[in-house]
Amino acid sequence: MSALTAIFIRDMRMSVRVGGSALMGVLFFLVVVTLVPFALGPDLALLGRIGPAILWLAALLASLLALDRLFATDHEDGSLDLILTSRAPLELVVLAKGFAHWLTTAVPLIVAAPFVGIFLNLGFRAAAAMVLTLLVGTPALTFIGLIGAAIAVTLRRGGLLLAVLVLPLTVPVLIFGVAAANAAMTGPVPFGTPFMALCGLTLASLVVGPFAAAAALRLEIE
Amino acid sequence: MRLSGTDLTCRRGGRDIFTGLNFSVASGEALMVSGRNGAGKSSLLRMIGGLLGIAEGSLDLEGGDSDLTIGEQAHYLGHQDALKPALSVAENLEFWAGFLGPVIPSRGAALAAVGLDTLADLPAGYLSAGQRRRLSLARLLAVKRPIWLLDEPASTLDAAGQRRLRDFMRSHLAAGGLIIAATHAALGIEGAQELRLDQLSPAFAQATASLGDGDALTAGEP
Repeated sequence: MSALTAIFIRDMRMSVRVGGSALMGVLFFLVVVTLVPFALGPDLALLGRIGPAILWLAALLASLLALDRLFATDHEDGSLDLILTSRAPLELVVLAKGFAHWLTTAVPLIVAAPFVGIFLNLGFRAAAAMVLTLLVGTPALTFIGLIGAAIAVTLRRGGLLLAVLVLPLTVPVLIFGVAAANAAMTGPVPFGTPFMALCGLTLASLVVGPFAAAAALRLEIE
Repeated sequence: MRLSGTDLTCRRGGRDIFTGLNFSVASGEALMVSGRNGAGKSSLLRMIGGLLGIAEGSLDLEGGDSDLTIGEQAHYLGHQDALKPALSVAENLEFWAGFLGPVIPSRGAALAAVGLDTLADLPAGYLSAGQRRRLSLARLLAVKRPIWLLDEPASTLDAAGQRRLRDFMRSHLAAGGLIIAATHAALGIEGAQELRLDQLSPAFAQATASLGDGDALTAGEP
């Protein structure tokens, strides 16, 4: 499938170039997490307790940040017309674009999470749990977000609509992500239960996201 | 290979743009579509490419690859150039050649043919409108497709660029290709069929009815 490799490489290249989404996402993540201790004050016990929730919320917002431009730029410069008429299946093109987006925006967040966790008084065990849950959970955020990005593709200011559409759908991911991280830190629920639910959500979104986004794109371009 | 449309109707936003359109183009032939602004030239090309639904009528391709749609066997050159400003000239062409594939071996030759070989490493964001159009023409040379759908291909091209375009079109026709171009200016292809969309719009039919028979042919002019 050389068409899919081509679009994957192109999207990777664009997001690491100047003005790309890779750096912006991780900077936004850092800024949001850094603001929290300033807002809450130096209560280390409190910060440690809500740390996983803050990191998850920041990761959720950061991964939405660049998503609205994912299909919109292709639509505005005419690339989407060529993609739609090409021989490559649109669902797989969407999957390739989503995967490239995840690699360039979510993976830097996951790498940064343990270091940012120091601001939130997260210990080694909690940081490890955060990395693991973000690694498993962020693909679900990206692939659910793809649907919103596809629906908002023809709108000039699609970012707002995207957030309104996508954020409610990410509630389950947020619940199980934070629950798994908390379970690893304090219990009493075993880590495996919410973690498996999180894995399930990600697998489901990997299947549903590309199909729904491709259907939305076909409908929008008419 | 023969591409034909029978009784085509184009409907946009509940309004008939043209009705009862018939055309037939065979290998080695070109069809020049003309008409006032809004007559449906671009819509016809998008319809053939599969980007716009056919309200009524049918499109048939004899002698093509029956596993592929008409759009998948065609190059669509729209108003937009489908280029990414952050990528270099060579990277842009490399992407489209890889995505649309199978690639004709010498990709550099396609750049040289449009006169952009010296600018291969320049980011596409620095190109002028005419150079951008040349770069998107290179796509048509780098990947072989029997049908070319060209929407105002000569717009923004200088005299030399228009000569090159004419040569590309002639050699495509000589190789058994098929061209449908929407254009205001003559592109200099001998023996090209002409299709005037003005006569096919419902508004024109009304104007004709009110003017009587004698002025029928001038009523559609802007």
